[in-house]
Amino acid sequence: MIKKFVYSQKVAPYVFVLPFIIIFLIFWSYPLVNSFVMSFQDRMLGQDPKWVGEANYSKLFTDKVFLTAIKNSVVYMLGTLVLLIPFPMLFAVMINSKLMLGREFFKSSFFLPALTSVAVAGTIFRLTFGEMDGSLMNSFLGLFGVEPTKFLKDAEWSMAALLILACWRWTGVNMLYYLSGLKNIDNDYYEAASIDGASAWQKFRSITMPLLKPTTIYVTTISVYAGLAMFTESLMMFNGNNSPKNIGLTIVGYLYRQGIEKNKLGYAAAVGIVLLVIAMIINLTQLKLSGMFKKEED
Amino acid sequence: MKKRITLISIVTVLMMSLVLSACSKSSSSSTETQQLGADAGENATEMSFWTFVDLHGKHLDKMLGLWNQQNPDKQIKLNVTVMPYDDMHNKLLLAVTSGKGAPDIADIELGQFPKFLEGDNVPLESLNDVFAPYKDVVVPSRVDIYTKADQVYGFDYHVGATLAFYNTEILEQAGVDYKTIKTWEDYKQAGIKVYEKTGKYLGTADTSATWQASLLLAQQNADFTDENGNPKVNSPEMIKAFEMLVDLQKNNVIHTIPGGQPDTEEAKGEYNKGNYASALMPEWYMSRFVNEMKDLKGKYAIAPLPVFEEGNPRSVGLGGTGTVVTKTGKDVQLAKEFVAFAKLSKEATTEIWNTLGFDPINMEVWKDEAVTKNPDNEYVQYFKTNAFDTLNEIKDEIRAIKSVKASPTIGNVLNTVTLNAIFEDGQDVKEALDEAQAAIEQELK
Repeated sequence: MIKKFVYSQKVAPYVFVLPFIIIFLIFWSYPLVNSFVMSFQDRMLGQDPKWVGEANYSKLFTDKVFLTAIKNSVVYMLGTLVLLIPFPMLFAVMINSKLMLGREFFKSSFFLPALTSVAVAGTIFRLTFGEMDGSLMNSFLGLFGVEPTKFLKDAEWSMAALLILACWRWTGVNMLYYLSGLKNIDNDYYEAASIDGASAWQKFRSITMPLLKPTTIYVTTISVYAGLAMFTESLMMFNGNNSPKNIGLTIVGYLYRQGIEKNKLGYAAAVGIVLLVIAMIINLTQLKLSGMFKKEED
Repeated sequence: MKKRITLISIVTVLMMSLVLSACSKSSSSSTETQQLGADAGENATEMSFWTFVDLHGKHLDKMLGLWNQQNPDKQIKLNVTVMPYDDMHNKLLLAVTSGKGAPDIADIELGQFPKFLEGDNVPLESLNDVFAPYKDVVVPSRVDIYTKADQVYGFDYHVGATLAFYNTEILEQAGVDYKTIKTWEDYKQAGIKVYEKTGKYLGTADTSATWQASLLLAQQNADFTDENGNPKVNSPEMIKAFEMLVDLQKNNVIHTIPGGQPDTEEAKGEYNKGNYASALMPEWYMSRFVNEMKDLKGKYAIAPLPVFEEGNPRSVGLGGTGTVVTKTGKDVQLAKEFVAFAKLSKEATTEIWNTLGFDPINMEVWKDEAVTKNPDNEYVQYFKTNAFDTLNEIKDEIRAIKSVKASPTIGNVLNTVTLNAIFEDGQDVKEALDEAQAAIEQELK
């Protein structure tokens, strides 16, 4: 009976996805529903919850600090998209080329930063971009006669530092995604193009880029989420959640400040729900525009 | 043959020492919790203590030795865990409010304390009964800050009276005598001279802490909040204070410091290099000099703070750490008795000065010259003048700044936004403070 059940072609797929569904329900749906309920409450650990209606939301949309956090997260997310999609794609194509020397060496050295813990990387970057004359960046710029800069007290510089950290860490990972995408492209296309007299750029534009589209969609989707959910990098870079003039505050940082540091769980839940909505809107729009849903309908 | 034996024995010794050193390293770094009072008897009660200052653990270690000696029937073993400031407070707040995983005893910094007293169910034990015997000998204002509805919840280590610490070496180079600095105008003139003669700054413009704002408010008998606990950070007194600081900054008397305020790693490095000639900080900053700025030994003198006009109060108690007993502890009564003994008794307050270099809240010690002027004391040896000479001179002028429900929010807005806007971006003082007031009110809604 059990054997028949397990071997049944109809049931097997459901059995295989069951662990995912269970985990999804326990660790995603339940907290999500709970957060949604909490976002309508004035709730503190150790105290009885009070229903406050949509008060948390109406407060949230007039909260300048929250708007700063959204702005920072969105700018960071867009920055990572601009930097972490074209360049890894280009590097992957270069490394994939037979003309490239030391391919394995480049592959592993690009990937190595992803194995470093964020805490360590963030701390190293904090020291690198320190405001003292002796910190790495300032001593380097000092060689060219540039005055010491207070990098982490300046909004543009801080964002640049965070983006450099993101590039340092994630270029290798995205490159690997693209490398695996490139492996799936049949060499015949390139041969045919060569016979037709296509240049390297034409081949890249007309063969490589379109055929890498599924990879690009995947990388964009995870980058949107990762960009909006960034927290630890900023926490480490600014040595805490309170950066000067909140230049390093992210949406998750604000959620942490309200929920964990101030014990205002209801308000923090509202922040979380807004983050979810923003991420869903951006991702669904992006998937719609890139035609991901069309294929399924076909 | 002989050579070979010698060689083998050398190699063996080397290998043994390597193995042993590896063992000792791993055992000390793998655990961040350290057990104190391990020599206490088998029946000793085991308790846990969380703190964010390593030195506080050392003080409790000494007090634990004394307690176990004096109370053979109520001995204690204490597991001390030291965590970074933010981490510890966040973990503790979660633990005490959820009722799971809290330590028996913990240190809570004054600025964080109101968060623990919010709501009707305070998750901390009232210490009223163990406080009663010490009521008459401690500074009342240092107990009020940890009190809610007549219940005392924490005992502080110190009064934290604010003092001026001057680097006499730099001042002498500039031809300035720190003893003549009585008012802020004197401080300004001295600073101008120091900058002209040495290129160094007399003081700091703090961007990540409100020590300066607090002391300038206290000197005008004002506060960050009104009598009902509502924020008023754009008051005339605040504006006067910050305009004075901006004037000092424009005249190169004070300057922003890496780290944002004197009590940070980066700033202590700057002091060590001799880039700043004074620190206007609470008395407990002495322990930072002695432990983290050893190069400056013998250079610093202690004096009362400058004031707006002579006759203004010259000090304010700043900072503070209340040691609390949580409701979920194993033996709450024993924990309370030990905390009172470790923080308020004559023995404790003597040790607080000896180990930590703090101005204890039990003022009996302030008059005891055998303790305060003990030539073996490292705090006495480090400074050119004796701290208690200044402390006793100003002891009736030490004001307090209230710590209320709004305080953590006020601190957060000022320390992250306002101070940076004023001292880094040069925003107009009144405008910056008005914006801060609006932001705080919005946050507290």
